[in-house]
Amino acid sequence: MSIKKLNKDVFKSFVDSMIASDQSVVGVKEKVQAKGNKFAFGPLENADQLRLDYDVTLIPPKKYMLPQTETLLTYEVKGESKQHVDEQKLILVGVHPYDMIAINQMDELFSQDEYDTHYMTRRNNITVIACDVVNASENIFASSMETAVVEKGFDILLTDLGKGKEYVAEAITEKGEALLATAVDATDADDKDIAKRSAIQEANKKDLDKHTLNCKPSELSSLLEQAYEHPVWEEKAKTCFSCGSCNTTCPTCYCFDVQDLVNWNLKDGQRERSWDGCLLKDFANVAGDHNFRKQKESRFRHRLYRKGKYVPTKIGGQVACVGCGRCVGACVPDIANPVAVYNRLLEDIKP
Amino acid sequence: MCDCNSTEKSIYLPELAPITKVAMMNETEMYMHLDHDIGHKPGQFVEVSIAGIGEAPISISSSPTEAGFDMVIRKAGRVTDIMHQMQAGDKLGIRGPFGSGYPIDEMKGKDLVFVCGGIGLVPQRSMINYIMDNRADFGKIAILQGTKEFAQRIYHDELERWAGVDGVQVLETIDVAHDSWNGNVGVVTTLIDKIDGIDLTKAVNLICGPPIMYKFVLMVLQEKEVSHENIFVNLERRMKCGVGKCGHCQMNGQYVCQSGPVYRYSDLANIPEAI
Ligand SMILES: Cc1cc2nc3c(=O)[nH]c(=O)nc-3n(C[C@H](O)[C@H](O)[C@H](O)COP(=O)(O)OP(=O)(O)OC[C@H]3O[C@@H](n4cnc5c(N)ncnc54)[C@H](O)[C@@H]3O)c2cc1C
Ligand code: SF4
Ligand code: SF4
Ligand code: FES
Repeated sequence: MSIKKLNKDVFKSFVDSMIASDQSVVGVKEKVQAKGNKFAFGPLENADQLRLDYDVTLIPPKKYMLPQTETLLTYEVKGESKQHVDEQKLILVGVHPYDMIAINQMDELFSQDEYDTHYMTRRNNITVIACDVVNASENIFASSMETAVVEKGFDILLTDLGKGKEYVAEAITEKGEALLATAVDATDADDKDIAKRSAIQEANKKDLDKHTLNCKPSELSSLLEQAYEHPVWEEKAKTCFSCGSCNTTCPTCYCFDVQDLVNWNLKDGQRERSWDGCLLKDFANVAGDHNFRKQKESRFRHRLYRKGKYVPTKIGGQVACVGCGRCVGACVPDIANPVAVYNRLLEDIKP
Repeated sequence: MCDCNSTEKSIYLPELAPITKVAMMNETEMYMHLDHDIGHKPGQFVEVSIAGIGEAPISISSSPTEAGFDMVIRKAGRVTDIMHQMQAGDKLGIRGPFGSGYPIDEMKGKDLVFVCGGIGLVPQRSMINYIMDNRADFGKIAILQGTKEFAQRIYHDELERWAGVDGVQVLETIDVAHDSWNGNVGVVTTLIDKIDGIDLTKAVNLICGPPIMYKFVLMVLQEKEVSHENIFVNLERRMKCGVGKCGHCQMNGQYVCQSGPVYRYSDLANIPEAI
């Protein structure tokens, strides 16, 4: 498949023509005051709004595959239900490698065992244009998690060769190839361009390291094997608010709640699923007010075990923390940082 | 956006099935039968859906050797409250069966001890009646049933029927003495010493009851030197999807909706959140 080079103007008209097509185009836009002065994915109206030099978005792009709230079924109250599947086509521009890897993991989780057609239909209707990181965010540790570059899952990968003046764009799927072909003025990338791209990616592998995990990600599982009763859980969780922000901002958290809504006519309604979080107090409540994870330290521990041990067993050993650092910034008492917790364990335990 | 049927059927879409029979078993438990075959194994459960209210995981109480399936509903909240108002002819949404069920192959040829507390008998009955219909495949059977109060007893006719079957002993107790009761009084563990002619260490022991019961039963079995490999427990967790996605039923790395709710006790050794 092709590897092209697009200069600034060609790139802009490429994006503008996508926007003019019948597909919706979503990309990373300017920082928004209302969103804590953070970058955010949103619908693009013109190419100038796109900010491929962003550091990190407030909410990960998972919301386009697994929306905060979505309808699973529509029904007549106490009657028949019909499945509701969103089949909207979408182009998602500017997904960073760590977020792409998180999406790849989620694709595996929603398609394995029981195939989730709600997630998968959305996913299959999305064309992803990933992009290599230009500016490291305040808390990124993708270098440690081996998620600074990505090789699959996207349709096109963009790499900014310098200040947005030139991009290398590689298509790796039919969908991506067809889309990239619409950039008619793009030229074939030459060896020099590809070498420049490799240099950028190699640098990212080392430089996206605002925190450093003191072991290999593949060693986390055996570290956690021995860490269940370690004092760190209580030490850290002491100040936890059980707010669940570390769950909602995380690109790999996918637990959900399901609720029925009834419309004003009291005749019909919909069954909706929405993001849930294992840090929230009632997550494991059952009838009789019995809570299987009553203590905040047990909920705090559960999240870090999911990332480092439980979810990896479902996806061939991949660690379910991609080092985006979002939870670090989102946690007011500053206890959510997985690296801080795992490194603290490493002081006492050999993985 | 569209409500059209996409290629794949949703794993969250229930199928409507009519209730064919309901009966109150006591003040809080309602029996229901649905003439709807779902191809279950003993020990599995379904998700019952009432559109506009929600879903609840409910054990299948009957053996696959019988047509349709039975459920027993305790009023506990939104879905189960509405189920209690339902009658024959009303329809319920059903998804499933889910879960892994009892280890039937391993139980064949062995003596079996069922220790049940309260409505713990409900899922166990799916296995017990399977055994009754395949009696020659299994050894001696002891069914121990403990209920808090006399008025809360369930399936008493059936307990009597089982007691009359060759090689089956039924031992029943209630926690609180009652004028109309001249059987055992005390918690279910007091029945264990009364089991006749079964070597517990060689039998498969299957426990199902309220969370508090497990610790006491397990302690007694421990004293009797029953290996943890010969003990199975039936666990309850919060469940939202039944298909291993939503995360609610998770205990450590295990998804109860998929690998449970029946577990070999020795398999729970590395699962501190289990009991
Ligand atoms: C495998 C399995 C098998 C089961 N088999 C049976 C059976 O055969 N018969 C039977 O009667 N029951 C059975 N149960 C239990 C039953 O599923 C629960 O009691 C279920 O909650 C009933 O649903 P409901 O909508 O009626 O109650 P809900 O409205 O869900 O409320 C029940 C209770 O759950 C808690 N709860 C629910 N939602 C929340 C929330 N958002 N926040 C905090 N707490 C909450 C509360 O303590 C509440 O009192 C089974 C459960 C499992 C997991
Ligand atoms: S755990 Fe934190 S750093 Fe890791 S992927 Fe989730 S939000 Fe990002
Ligand atoms: S963000 Fe921090 S305070 Fe909030 S639930 Fe997570 S760990 Fe606790
Ligand atoms: S009930 Fe949703 S994962 Fe088990």
